[in-house]
Amino acid sequence: MVTYFRNIGLGIWTIISSMAVASRHLFTPSVTLQYPKERWQMPERSRMRLSNKIEDCIGCGQCARACPTSCILVKTEKRDKDEPPVFASDGTAKKLRTYVFDIDMTLCCYCGLCTFACPTRCLTMTGDYEYSVYNKDDHIYHFAVETPKAGAEAEKQNPAKD
Amino acid sequence: MESIAKLLQAIPEYDALPELLQFLIPIVTSCVIIFALLALCVLFMVWLERKVSAHIQDRLGPMVVGGWHGWAQTLADALKLFLKEDIVPASVDKVLFKMAPFIVFLGAFAAYVVLPFGASSFVTDLNIGILYIVAISSLSVIGIIMAGWASNNKYSLYGSMRAAAQIISYEIPAALSIMAVVISVGSLSMIEIVEAQKGSFLNWFIIKNPFIFLAFIIYFIASLAEVNRTPFDLPEAESELVAGYHTEYSGMRFAFFFLAEYANMFLVASVATTLFLGGWTLPIPLLSEIIPGPIIFLAKALLLIFIQMWMRWSLPRLRVDQLIYVNWKVLMPISFVLILGAGWMAIR
Repeated sequence: MVTYFRNIGLGIWTIISSMAVASRHLFTPSVTLQYPKERWQMPERSRMRLSNKIEDCIGCGQCARACPTSCILVKTEKRDKDEPPVFASDGTAKKLRTYVFDIDMTLCCYCGLCTFACPTRCLTMTGDYEYSVYNKDDHIYHFAVETPKAGAEAEKQNPAKD
Repeated sequence: MESIAKLLQAIPEYDALPELLQFLIPIVTSCVIIFALLALCVLFMVWLERKVSAHIQDRLGPMVVGGWHGWAQTLADALKLFLKEDIVPASVDKVLFKMAPFIVFLGAFAAYVVLPFGASSFVTDLNIGILYIVAISSLSVIGIIMAGWASNNKYSLYGSMRAAAQIISYEIPAALSIMAVVISVGSLSMIEIVEAQKGSFLNWFIIKNPFIFLAFIIYFIASLAEVNRTPFDLPEAESELVAGYHTEYSGMRFAFFFLAEYANMFLVASVATTLFLGGWTLPIPLLSEIIPGPIIFLAKALLLIFIQMWMRWSLPRLRVDQLIYVNWKVLMPISFVLILGAGWMAIR
């Protein structure tokens, strides 16, 4: 009989205490962030979308060698002797003409090793994390702007492109 | 309904209509008015439930649809359910399957006929009002069993069996705690029960009579079980029964189950308001002249609904044996004692 009433009392106490907890949380400010309107302050040096400042790129290909998932494809050729010399913004001579510099962001694992390998610091990870696209091919970024001198021949020598 | 009939008399040539129409039009009009009120209340309650649950869990809930705190979210959801395909699975019992949601809804809807929203705003004043509510709201059990059986799905059947066991057994303490009020008033009419509590808040049964205060708590617990709310939501336990008896339903028919559930919530809150909290009367009698009765009634009912939601988001679901233990071994004996106490208070 005593246990019976103790159980009832315990039940009532459980209800009261749990409702007190619930009511305390009712007035706690919510932790939700209304995403498109409010955004996280991303931490410094976050590793997100890759970007290459192609004017400073000397086409050394070290990034492609450092990449563990082989998501960077660099193709270069030597400039001719009689061409006017081209320099990167830090003064390094661009002896190679980079005519293919593709990054496949679907393969990228965001390790950031390529940015450490880059001698001219032109390949960087930006803080941009909103770059979804409708077509998967749009995730392959083509940074190269120059065209190969012997365009058709160069393509023939490297048929493995794509 | 008398007042509606009187209003309709003002329509020119209303008397010239056939007698059948004169009989039917007031009925249909009051049905439409109650349904509109009910749908509006349910839309608000669903929104409130989502907001309360979200804020108790430190979330925000719907925030986008409609602008201010997502007020139109339930409207959008209802529209979606209207537009959805009405799927009737191949192996169900088609007649029962199609009828069940409407019977469940009917049980909740028909009880609104005797609810006194205000001194003059009610459909009809039955002299057995509260008995009628207890009787007609049991109709939904039949609908639930129909739904579970016709679905031809083991989870649905389990859910409806649990619902039957639970609703029928919890009706006993609920009815007994209602009896405590009926003994004090000496009438089953809802209007007379409210009239007995007029004056000041000291006349409300919850304050006037300590036995009825306990009866109110028992009625509240038992009514939670009757409308399948957490912590008594075993019939539709999502995690174990995949929503129980309405697993196979979709679109409009599911919406009717949903509507019935919230209509039942509002119904038990209204009954508790009428019986224990003084219905449309205000604590201070002077204010009753200014504020219309239905608003006071709705405010009290919504307060009780808020407590129902608050309990839902603080308590876990009971086990089946605990559920039956609470009913037969705790609520029942106590409510018998309360009836004796209320009877003693009445004849003292």
